[in-house]
Amino acid sequence: MRIELIPRTDPSPVARALAPLAALVVAFLVAGLVVALMGKSPVSAFEVYILQPLGDPWSLRAMLVKATPLILIAIGLSYCFRAGLWNIGAEGQFVMGGIAGSALALATHGSDPGPWLLPAMMLAGIAGGAAWGAVPAFLKVRFGVSEILTSLFLVYVAELFLDWLARGPWRDPGGFNFPQSVVFESAARLPEIPGLDRVHVGVVFAVIAVVITAVVLGRTLFGYRLKLTGDAPRAARFAGFDARRTTLIVFLISGGLAGLAGIAEVSGQIARVIPDISPGYGFTAITVAFLGRLNPWGILAAGLVLALTFIGGENAQILLRLPFDLTVAFQGLVLLCVLTADALVSYRPRLVRQAGARA
Amino acid sequence: MTTFEAILFTIVAASTPLLIAAIGELVAERAGVLNLGVEGMMAMGAVCAFAAAFTFDSTLVGIAMGMLAGGLMAALFALAVLGFAANQVGAGLALTIFGLGLSGLIGAPFVGQTRPRVEEWPIPVLSDLPLVGHALFSQDPLVYVAFGLVAGVAFFLARTRTGLRLRSIGENHVSAHALGLPVLRMRVYAVIFGGLCAGLAGAYLSLVYTRFWSPNMTAGRGWIAVALVVFAAWRPTWALVGALVFGTATVLQLHAQAAQVALPSQLLAAAPYIATILALVLLSIRRGRAVGAPGSLGTPFVPDR
Repeated sequence: MRIELIPRTDPSPVARALAPLAALVVAFLVAGLVVALMGKSPVSAFEVYILQPLGDPWSLRAMLVKATPLILIAIGLSYCFRAGLWNIGAEGQFVMGGIAGSALALATHGSDPGPWLLPAMMLAGIAGGAAWGAVPAFLKVRFGVSEILTSLFLVYVAELFLDWLARGPWRDPGGFNFPQSVVFESAARLPEIPGLDRVHVGVVFAVIAVVITAVVLGRTLFGYRLKLTGDAPRAARFAGFDARRTTLIVFLISGGLAGLAGIAEVSGQIARVIPDISPGYGFTAITVAFLGRLNPWGILAAGLVLALTFIGGENAQILLRLPFDLTVAFQGLVLLCVLTADALVSYRPRLVRQAGARA
Repeated sequence: MTTFEAILFTIVAASTPLLIAAIGELVAERAGVLNLGVEGMMAMGAVCAFAAAFTFDSTLVGIAMGMLAGGLMAALFALAVLGFAANQVGAGLALTIFGLGLSGLIGAPFVGQTRPRVEEWPIPVLSDLPLVGHALFSQDPLVYVAFGLVAGVAFFLARTRTGLRLRSIGENHVSAHALGLPVLRMRVYAVIFGGLCAGLAGAYLSLVYTRFWSPNMTAGRGWIAVALVVFAAWRPTWALVGALVFGTATVLQLHAQAAQVALPSQLLAAAPYIATILALVLLSIRRGRAVGAPGSLGTPFVPDR
């Protein structure tokens, strides 16, 4: 028995739009099966993961905070993925952004830095992430090294660097030997949005990134160039678009946004440097980008959905004693289902019973 | 046994999981499929091997379950990228994320447990060779399996008709299809072989190398195995050399940490990753762009009728 794929001559736009939803449903069903195999009720798991957080104002606000890094990073990644480039090291760019911004916060600690500090920290975060993202891009355009492996290995390097800082030079001497820095002064912390308790203004950055990206992709030559480079590299070359420049630019954008997400998370949420500032946002954001079909508004929605699984995952740890790894597995499953659903929009599968001479 | 011999011995042991996983990935890539899920398949292999070995108190059952887990993960990948022509890079990444998460779920009850030491099988005469004899020939059986895999795969690819077909499918799937070769079927087998190897590599980690299971114990080894295939320019014997170089880097790094070298332990731990990046760059400079990569690597194939 084998599967035969028949190209759809006219892929339906409705199917294209619904594919991510179908993928989510399949992923939920499989996850439910896993939960049942672990001897827990899938129904109560769904309730704890999804329904309870949606009905609780505190959880909804927490969801906004979790969605912020996911959306920022995924928006950046969408530039890379549209150009056909695989930046899978956003986690490292996130960490380096957090480090670069925190360096300013810690350097000015105890002095009276004035109102320029926060903007400077955000810019430093963007620069730190962009610099880290520039490395694989440079190695690709200069030496032809695949960006996939280099960007991924740089994640480990960034994480170890942060670990060293938090345990070594940046450790708070009065902190009873805990591996963490001093708590940032209020001048170095992103303020809350008025009226939204515990939600920092990083949320606004994410929304701005979505809007700007929607304009750039829809209405500028750069957006068109990006799409052409990804879909038809040869045609893009003939049109005079420089693939090397595009590569560098999209990695800078992607790294910069991941870096901004990193410093926003440290400054707005954690408020100090610790060895582990991300529960894998950089990797989850890959799922967010594809679940959102690389479309900025889609990413906004997908970011909220995956943020919900983070909140639900934390709930389930406490209420059902389901390990957080279930959330990670679910996120991987969603990505696998989304990519498959994407392919199925272009091809109609048909099960062929007898083994033919050709497969 | 001298200290030098002891270090050589640990280098060979540290190289073995990298080598086994890399050989599996090499076969899949030679058939034209880029599977970035090695890390996830290896994690699943490690946890299922340990869980089964602990439950049934049998290393052999553990190894079989580890390979089965890797093979099943690979079959899932094959269904997505070969059955439904999904994007290979993305699906591989998804497989890694999924495998790391699922392995954590399965392994949670086994944290803190240990397995007894796996007996070494010294090979008479050969193990008495000066310097390298002990390191190469007084190892556990899986090390010999790894050596056998290298020789077997090298022979298969270079000297057998099926190996030639597999290579031609990876080189140009359109021509291979036109010649009547079963492109997708051979790719499915190659991918599953890769999964069995990754599962075996994971089993080696949890049953022989550490003899316990802990979350994320693969620690990027699956990714290094993928990088090794690139270093090796898709040739099995060079994968052996590359794996030994990496094993050496890992072991020296551990010795440096133990010897309290005046460098931060994190810098030493980062060294293998930085070295991997540098090696990729140096090889690209020497060889030019991606020489040796199978022509159809990573591109989906949908036969027209």
